[in-house]
Amino acid sequence: MKATVYSGRNSVEAQEVPDPKILNSRDAIVKITSTAICGSDLHLYDGYVPMVKKGDVFGHEFMGEVTDVGADVENLKPGDRVVVPFPIACGACNACQSQLYSLCENSNPNAGRAEKLWGHSIAGVFGYSHILGGYPGGQAEAARVPFADVGPLKLETDLPDEEVLFLSDVLPTGYMGAEMCDIQPGDIVAVWGAGPVGLFAAASAKMLGAERVIVIDRFEYRLRKALSGAGATDVIDYEAQPDVVEELKEITAGRGPDACIDAVGLEAHHAHGMVHAYDRVKQATRMETERPHALREAILACRNGGVVSVVGVYGGFLDKFPMGAVINRGLTIRAGQCHVHKYMRPLLERIEKGEIDPSFIVSHRMGLDEVSEGYETFKHKQDECVKVVLKP
Amino acid sequence: MESGAPVDRLSRFLSAFSLAFGTAQLAAPNVVNRLAGIRDDPTSRLWQRLVGVREVVAFAAIEAEQPRPRRALWMRVAGDAKDLTLLALAWRGRRASTPRLAGAIASVAGIAALDAHAAARAGRAPENERTEEEPMHVKAAITVRKPREEVYRFWRDLENLPSFMNHVESIEGNGNGRSHWKVKAPAGTHVEWDAEVVEDRPGEALVWRAVEGSGVQNAGAVRFVDAPRDQGTEVHVEFDYGAPGGRLGEAVAKLFGEEPTQQAKDDLRRFKQVLETGFVVRSEGSPEGSTARRHLKQRPGQPVEDGGPGEQEPKPSIERAPSVESAPSAEEGDQS
Repeated sequence: MKATVYSGRNSVEAQEVPDPKILNSRDAIVKITSTAICGSDLHLYDGYVPMVKKGDVFGHEFMGEVTDVGADVENLKPGDRVVVPFPIACGACNACQSQLYSLCENSNPNAGRAEKLWGHSIAGVFGYSHILGGYPGGQAEAARVPFADVGPLKLETDLPDEEVLFLSDVLPTGYMGAEMCDIQPGDIVAVWGAGPVGLFAAASAKMLGAERVIVIDRFEYRLRKALSGAGATDVIDYEAQPDVVEELKEITAGRGPDACIDAVGLEAHHAHGMVHAYDRVKQATRMETERPHALREAILACRNGGVVSVVGVYGGFLDKFPMGAVINRGLTIRAGQCHVHKYMRPLLERIEKGEIDPSFIVSHRMGLDEVSEGYETFKHKQDECVKVVLKP
Repeated sequence: MESGAPVDRLSRFLSAFSLAFGTAQLAAPNVVNRLAGIRDDPTSRLWQRLVGVREVVAFAAIEAEQPRPRRALWMRVAGDAKDLTLLALAWRGRRASTPRLAGAIASVAGIAALDAHAAARAGRAPENERTEEEPMHVKAAITVRKPREEVYRFWRDLENLPSFMNHVESIEGNGNGRSHWKVKAPAGTHVEWDAEVVEDRPGEALVWRAVEGSGVQNAGAVRFVDAPRDQGTEVHVEFDYGAPGGRLGEAVAKLFGEEPTQQAKDDLRRFKQVLETGFVVRSEGSPEGSTARRHLKQRPGQPVEDGGPGEQEPKPSIERAPSVESAPSAEEGDQS
């Protein structure tokens, strides 16, 4: 079959690889009808995630049709249409039983390596480095889905792929980012990043009752999308208005946003060339693994006693972290890879009720053969790119 | 097991000295030349830089070998001897200021004496340290979300052990409470021994040891404790393990990614997987499941070919790893 294969830093190719096979009795094989490139795939592509190997198949946002199931999968049968959550979760361990699916204790065969970097391991993830298990991803014609009796959401609806595909990652991730803010009526929420996760975080903050939602980015076309599609009430283009913390004080009459969501992660940009260069150089020389501009700003901007919610991905270690602000101003930091399994069904219901149509983020549709172009277009934000959907 | 020993202050000083001096030689060889009374030219600067690299390596070697950096310190002594030779050549060639050169030679000789003293001291093992023949003590623990009785019963059944103990090739009950173990060792070899259970407290603990005269040192215990709240059972394993070939054997095994503590942790991780999910979890990058060796050398994360590693090394016991309900009971005769 054809799949998106990593062939070195800044390079992926559609290549022929073996067809997936059942390895465990709780596996299913899914023939993929739609899959997307995630912003976090760009961290792999750019070489910032440890333990990515040439030959790895990328992709953790995918859906399709079940073609084969292992002996112990009773809830699915060939022909079923499913969306697959990006974390692989066994459903039986203490983390899964507490609905902390992205922290599954059993699904990462390379947990020993993750423990060395992070102290403890997390769940395995499709197509997301060997530190998260070495599982092939879903930017391919087909994929093996472990624990198919726990993860995949069976679709009984005839909603088109593009309205349900994002249940696999970016919609629940954005939603969890907003949920972690404990939004109260009258709250003002600021969101860093108007990529797919940021847009869904903004839309979710609105759904959860925020009075005002402010989105921060440097691309005019993405900020327009935040206003038109995600229901943002205000936007800040930080290249035009570099002092974001001041701008937010202005909008909130000095209080700061009640909650701040970081939907950017480890490859942030900064309006001031010197500040950007400082972290860029440290990152390039591997003296830190992150460029945490958005996170630093979110902490400094947040209201005293407020919540900073982090759903942007970080890999290892960052510096110049304003811990003094966190402790002295009583901030709460909440973070996590999304526990997608927990959110898929309720969010599907919201889609069915018309409360949100996630397809507004789609800007590009391509075949698997064009995947190299897809990564480049997405990485360099060419052609007003927000989300690339691949049709294998 | 050595990390508890206090670090020797003299060796700490020598490693700091190596780093400082090496950095100076690398960054400013001309200044070091001047201070040592050596004529400053491209050749002498190159020598300074080479020695500088060696000093930095010595620093790293001492720190890596703490708290008893015997080998690294003897390496420094050898380096000092070479430095003295170089300085003697400089003396003979009259390439420098004589009083400063004499001072440099005296300094190096002094440092050499310190190095030799520290190395000799590091060579004497403190009393509480493990000797060559003593086995190493390994500890590992994990929490399994299953009732304590069930977890105990699964472990108690000999037939289940190879499903999660990767190195155990086979275990045969001898019918008299003893069992015969055959375990993989590095480079395709095997180790075999007879073991006996010396204590069996159902639902609580199992204690075993290798039968005397079986040529292998292996004794250990596994304890089962209720985890707080409804989190299942804590499994605590401790054992003493004498690697074939003593300390050298241990070092060789580590080279192959077979560090006993890591192995024990991997075994427990697979034990948890088998009990909680029904099998050892495998990915295409790690088709055999969690193993220390596989952590070092991963397959690419793409589907396995027919006849790929996942199939070449089948562990039949994985495929039929019983769910706990169907596990044979503990009452059968031939258990270890």
